[in-house]
Amino acid sequence: MKVVFQHLTKKFASRSGGAKKEVIAVNDFDYEIPDGTLVGLLGPSGCGKSTTLNLICGLIEPTEGRIFFGEDDVTDVPCEKRGVGMVFQNYALYPHLTVKQNIIFPLQNLKGKDKLTKAEMEEKALRAASLVQIENLMDRKPSELSGGQQQRVAIARALVKMPRILLLDEPLSNLDARLRLQTREEISRIQRQTGITTVFVTHDQEEAMSISDIIVVMKDGVIQQTGKPQDVYDEPKNLFVAKFLGTPPINTFDGEVKNGSLYIGDEAVLTVSGVADGKVVAGIRPEGFIPKADGHFTCALSQVEVMGRDITVVAKHPAAHNPTVRAIVSSDNLSAINGEKVSFDLKENKVFLFAPDSGERLF
Amino acid sequence: MDKNKLRKRALTKKAVKNTVTYTLLTLWAIMVLFPFYWMILTSLKSYGEYSNEFIPKLYTLLPTLENYKDAFTQVPLGQYFLNTVIFTLVTTFIMLLVTVLAAFAFARLDFKGKDLAFTILLSLMMIPTELVVITNFVTITDLGLRNTFAGLILPSVTSVFYIYLLRENFAQIPDELYYAAKVDGTGDMKFLLKVMVPICRPTIVTITILKVIECWNSYVWPRLITDDQAYFLVSNGIQEIRENGFGRENIPAMMAAVVAVCVPLIILFLIFRKKIMAGVARGGTKG
Amino acid sequence: MKNNKFKGWLYLLPALLFLAVFMIYPLIDVFIYSFEEGYNSASQTSFGVGLYNYSYVLHDPYFLQALKNTFILVMITVPLSTLISLLISVGLSSIKPLRNLFQTVYFLPYVTNTLAVGMVFMILFQKTPYTDGLANLIVTFFGGEAVDFIDGPYWAKMFVLCFYTIWVVMPFKILVLTSALASVNKNYYNAAKVDGTGAFRTFTRITLPMISPTMFYLIITGFIGAFKAYSDAVALFGTDLNAKEMNTIVGYVYDMLYGNSGGYPSYASAAAIILFAIVLTITCINLTVSKKYVHYS
Repeated sequence: MKVVFQHLTKKFASRSGGAKKEVIAVNDFDYEIPDGTLVGLLGPSGCGKSTTLNLICGLIEPTEGRIFFGEDDVTDVPCEKRGVGMVFQNYALYPHLTVKQNIIFPLQNLKGKDKLTKAEMEEKALRAASLVQIENLMDRKPSELSGGQQQRVAIARALVKMPRILLLDEPLSNLDARLRLQTREEISRIQRQTGITTVFVTHDQEEAMSISDIIVVMKDGVIQQTGKPQDVYDEPKNLFVAKFLGTPPINTFDGEVKNGSLYIGDEAVLTVSGVADGKVVAGIRPEGFIPKADGHFTCALSQVEVMGRDITVVAKHPAAHNPTVRAIVSSDNLSAINGEKVSFDLKENKVFLFAPDSGERLF
Repeated sequence: MDKNKLRKRALTKKAVKNTVTYTLLTLWAIMVLFPFYWMILTSLKSYGEYSNEFIPKLYTLLPTLENYKDAFTQVPLGQYFLNTVIFTLVTTFIMLLVTVLAAFAFARLDFKGKDLAFTILLSLMMIPTELVVITNFVTITDLGLRNTFAGLILPSVTSVFYIYLLRENFAQIPDELYYAAKVDGTGDMKFLLKVMVPICRPTIVTITILKVIECWNSYVWPRLITDDQAYFLVSNGIQEIRENGFGRENIPAMMAAVVAVCVPLIILFLIFRKKIMAGVARGGTKG
Repeated sequence: MKNNKFKGWLYLLPALLFLAVFMIYPLIDVFIYSFEEGYNSASQTSFGVGLYNYSYVLHDPYFLQALKNTFILVMITVPLSTLISLLISVGLSSIKPLRNLFQTVYFLPYVTNTLAVGMVFMILFQKTPYTDGLANLIVTFFGGEAVDFIDGPYWAKMFVLCFYTIWVVMPFKILVLTSALASVNKNYYNAAKVDGTGAFRTFTRITLPMISPTMFYLIITGFIGAFKAYSDAVALFGTDLNAKEMNTIVGYVYDMLYGNSGGYPSYASAAAIILFAIVLTITCINLTVSKKYVHYS
């Protein structure tokens, strides 16, 4: 089931500092989520991603614009009739019910011709439980489960009525690092197995990149960029997206383009064609550096962190926006990097230029 | 300084302190328990035995249950009991219904005027019953509800404090639970009964018990609104027994009635000791 | 989502009906009653509006007697019961064995019927031709003269009333104070111990300030409760309190409403409002005084 947004806008009245103000949580959201994909809504907190999720779910109504599930306009359909399943950030399991009762709960709400017999409910619950591999926990109470197990129960409860769309709100944020890795694979597996169009919200770019078919990067209620994770990473449309994706984050510098060359500091570090002369912000991915004794880009070396296969060179540069510049290079270079200075050549496809004022990509 | 001497002194000091503390506590315990002992003791003495003790004895050698028989046969104590049970059950049931619905509306639903309504509710908590009893008396009398269960029950139902208490408890249930239920198509009523009420069961049990105690012991309203013995509750019933009771000053029979009136709540208390004490500590005041 | 506006009120409706009929309307009505002169409950007519009802009540010897009784009762029982309950709670908090038993015993009066137990107190203190009663046994043991506490001199009756009132209000105070004492962070005591602070100083400098909000709460509710005393007096002295000079303000209100002297809702309303005004004033004084002494963390 594809999900289509047409000029979706949500404004909230907020009362901060005594004055009534309007906050635009989602601004003119225009997008189509293809059928059967796993989509990550990504952005810093307050960017409107959770609001978008709640709009899809129907918990809140849009101020303007429309939402379609396939060809159905669901904008005015109450959430319980939309056929969505939702997993909440804190799971929202009913504490007084067992796992099984929790999973069956949504089925008991079905009325009329959809009404199920007890046996059918049990069977469906068991199928949902086996999908997330919690069949052996059916008689426990939520308080007796670990965070990861609670998460699975919540997913099973959302899946049990075979929703048209599955929504997950920060699904991994309450889990520890090891479980996070495991659960994100799990989510991706469940999505592929069921083929349900799935939308999840996260502020963790690594999480979004690792499992999403498509990521939607948002900021201040506005879509910044959409696409396959690798495409967005390789070709960020603006400075915000470039900075938001990637760990360690992209290094940014004040630079200037003169006669087809990029200058950082006094050095011409790269030939750039088709960019007008003038000041720019240069972004260089950590993996865009190649150590070279006679390289054009010279930094003051402060530290080398050995990580096995790779090493991280921590350096300083007067034009850099951050106190340190981080470069990830192959450990073969370890012996060559010492002394007070380190010089690099740059990989052209890892260097992006942005307009200093608007942050739009120039190169 | 000598170490042993120091330790000895500390130990003696502690022993003295403990003795004083336990003596004081025991004294008050006797003060509390003695009236109970005395009512049971007296209720077991025969009328003859009691009347002949110019100096009351602290024990009896010939306990008798005769007085209990008298209490339930010579005066309509059984009727008072039955009335009180009906009054308590019906009042508590209606109170629960009204309270749960109102607390749910305040805690979970959004509607115009909610804040104002809640503020009014809070300010009503400060109004003493003595102020409203007068009009209620006139209202019930004008409605011709004197000496009826309706007249007894209706004005006793509302408990602003319990609505407030339950609302606070309901409000602690995370919003996500409500949204999750909503996504699954759960109606408000079903959510209230299947999710909120079970989760808040401890509070609901507490207010139920507190209301039962309140009903069982209520005196002023029943006294005002009933003068027909057929509708007396135990409180004004026992007062009636005292003033026009057993024909003569039959103190032992009276005490048997007193014991009978006290026993149900004491049993309830011993069963739900922790719940009742916790509930009262959270803000119940007597009466 | 669209019908939410009505839904909330729908759920609230039962409570609203009960509150409107039995609390809000009466609250307004009681003021109207109190200003309606010569209101006749049979014909539901009145002569006019004015302060006559208040003036009548304030000149009624029964009311003045009730006022005096209530004030004596409040002034004796509130400080005494608060002090004794503090003493007992501190004792209770300092022991381990038997603590639960004591706590349970102390709470018993809360769940018993005031009227019923009052009758036990009556027979304990009563002097009849057949017996002097148990209390007088103690009085004579100490060389005193046997006295009828129930139907005798004023001071004796007042003594029993205060005694019984304290007995009735203690459970609540002990319970609340014990839980307040239990919630004081143990670290403060340990710190005081390390500094070599004596037991008394620890109590006055640490314990008391830490539980001062609770003490204050108990004093305020204690005042309010004591001003509304009534059932205890009935339990001891019977329903005809005026004849026994033992009436309270609340008793006066109910007597004006109903019973042998009843049928005057206007006088009752005026008396009830006077009571409310007194309670309000005392509470305000309490609040002002407390600002100085109560320590809120």
